[in-house]
Amino acid sequence: MADVLTASRDAQAARFEGPHGPRPRNAFSRRNIFIYGTLILVALYYLLPLYVMVVTSLKGMPEIRMGNIFSPPIEVTFEPWVKAWAEACTGLNCDGLSRGFWNSVRITVPSVAVSIAIASVNGYALANWKFKGADIFFTILIVGAFIPYQVMIYPIVILLREIGLYGSLTGLVIVHSIFGMPILTLLFRNYFASVPEELFKAARVDGAGFWGIYFQIMLPMSLPIFVVAMILQVTGIWNDFLFGVIYTKPDLYPMTVQLNNIVNSVQGVKEYNVNMAATLLTGLVPLVIYFVSGKLFVRGIAAGAVKG
Amino acid sequence: MGGVGVATSDRPINLFRNMTAKVAAIPMILTVLFVFVGGTVWTVTYSFTSSKLLPKLKFVGLDQYERLWSTNRWIISIENLFIYGICSLIFSFVIGFVLAALMDQKIRFENTFRTIILYPFALSFIVTGLVWQWILNPEFGVQNIVRSLGWTGFVFDPLYNADIVIYGILIAGLWQGTGLIMVLMLAGLRGIDEDVWKAARVDGIPAWKTYLFIVIPMMRPVFVTTLVIIASGIVRVYDLVVAQTSGGPGIASEVPAKYVYDYMFQSQNLGQGFAASTMMLLAVAIVVIPWAYLEFGGRKRG
Repeated sequence: MADVLTASRDAQAARFEGPHGPRPRNAFSRRNIFIYGTLILVALYYLLPLYVMVVTSLKGMPEIRMGNIFSPPIEVTFEPWVKAWAEACTGLNCDGLSRGFWNSVRITVPSVAVSIAIASVNGYALANWKFKGADIFFTILIVGAFIPYQVMIYPIVILLREIGLYGSLTGLVIVHSIFGMPILTLLFRNYFASVPEELFKAARVDGAGFWGIYFQIMLPMSLPIFVVAMILQVTGIWNDFLFGVIYTKPDLYPMTVQLNNIVNSVQGVKEYNVNMAATLLTGLVPLVIYFVSGKLFVRGIAAGAVKG
Repeated sequence: MGGVGVATSDRPINLFRNMTAKVAAIPMILTVLFVFVGGTVWTVTYSFTSSKLLPKLKFVGLDQYERLWSTNRWIISIENLFIYGICSLIFSFVIGFVLAALMDQKIRFENTFRTIILYPFALSFIVTGLVWQWILNPEFGVQNIVRSLGWTGFVFDPLYNADIVIYGILIAGLWQGTGLIMVLMLAGLRGIDEDVWKAARVDGIPAWKTYLFIVIPMMRPVFVTTLVIIASGIVRVYDLVVAQTSGGPGIASEVPAKYVYDYMFQSQNLGQGFAASTMMLLAVAIVVIPWAYLEFGGRKRG
């Protein structure tokens, strides 16, 4: 899209300016050196922490005590990774981050599925099957996205306790589905609203109902937006700390909470290499999603910001 | 209810019309009623009670708020939030906009630069906080490196110095968040009509003046939206502090969200937690309500 725009823009420029166009630019003009120089410096700065994490996690403790954090490892060791994954202690459990990892998987997968299912149907109802009062609820939902979580934490504790789900993974899945609802509903509503109305009407004439149109027309047409929603939710839920620490028990803590407990525990000798390996392990899932999904990730976060 | 004929002729039974859609919207309706509205009203109500370990409806007026504002830790939390908030707003806008403007110069490798600058945003605040805790560690990190280069008196230990600890957190927060601002600003810049640039060029206006006096005023909606996003994020800042400093040294880097959590779930002083979270709600309302009014109040949309 952007390329097409630029191309047509250039073509226009050429037409208007004709032979009196801008001087051909020197690749090493002062302007270019300034622009690329700044961007490269900034890029290096942003990459630095990732580099430090990787380098530190591959060093032995003696080397860390002697050297500086930016120097590459002299002797590469994977022991910190093994230890972080399988042996690091939190409280009484000494089975490493693997426990948190699997907890996070067990939290993230159903939360993503449930929240997207609810929000997509909801967005579809709001976009195509408007009913009286729908807009009022939708407005409160969007405004509600700005209410600090701290205001709603305790009432939810009480609600979950009432239905016997406080401290369970199911409870946390419900919480994630609730707080994912505003942004996802907005995302889906805007997308479904942009589907041509004729399509919807034709299906109605053919006798398709609410679910028929949803499953046979809307769903197949909107796979990209489902992918965007998935990226948004997987990273968001995987990175959550606050809900995990409040609504689950130590045995069920997600990876972020366990990571924080391992690194910031006051007892024992600090093993910085293990800490960095653990940190990197926790960041790996969202990082992989980010690098693989590329532009879709950008689309997801832009959808959160730009309202339709 | 008098003028039946015209108004309701095409929708005879209102409640059951569109029934499936209403059923499908039940999760949203329940969330809105019980969590967003109900939860907020509940918390605000109980902030006027003397609840300790369990919520009790024993009203004590503004006692909790008086105690809150005379607690040193809360005052420090608010100060920190102000410093962090204002610096974070200024820096993320300036850095985000400058980077976006640089990226908008039809450069090569735009995707690569964007990917690098945005990747911290994919990481959690916990990961961000722990990495920067390590980099800012005075024994091994930046301070140690500069000292080993020969400047032995060099001091840079933000996380261990109560006076500047909040700036140490700011460094990490900016690293994580500026990529997002850049992307939003870039989208805004791309939305500016090319003709504006042409006209400015024809008039011989230098580029920086065009940005300052033409482009930025035109991007007002983008700025406002970004402002709301950053501001509501700032009020929530919690994980970053927990990971990076746990509120320390002492209570020097406490923030309101942490105050709420600690009083609700650790000190068993619910009333204080409710009062503090109500204050957070108030802070967000001051930012969001004028924005929502401008955005949705002025013109009606479906």
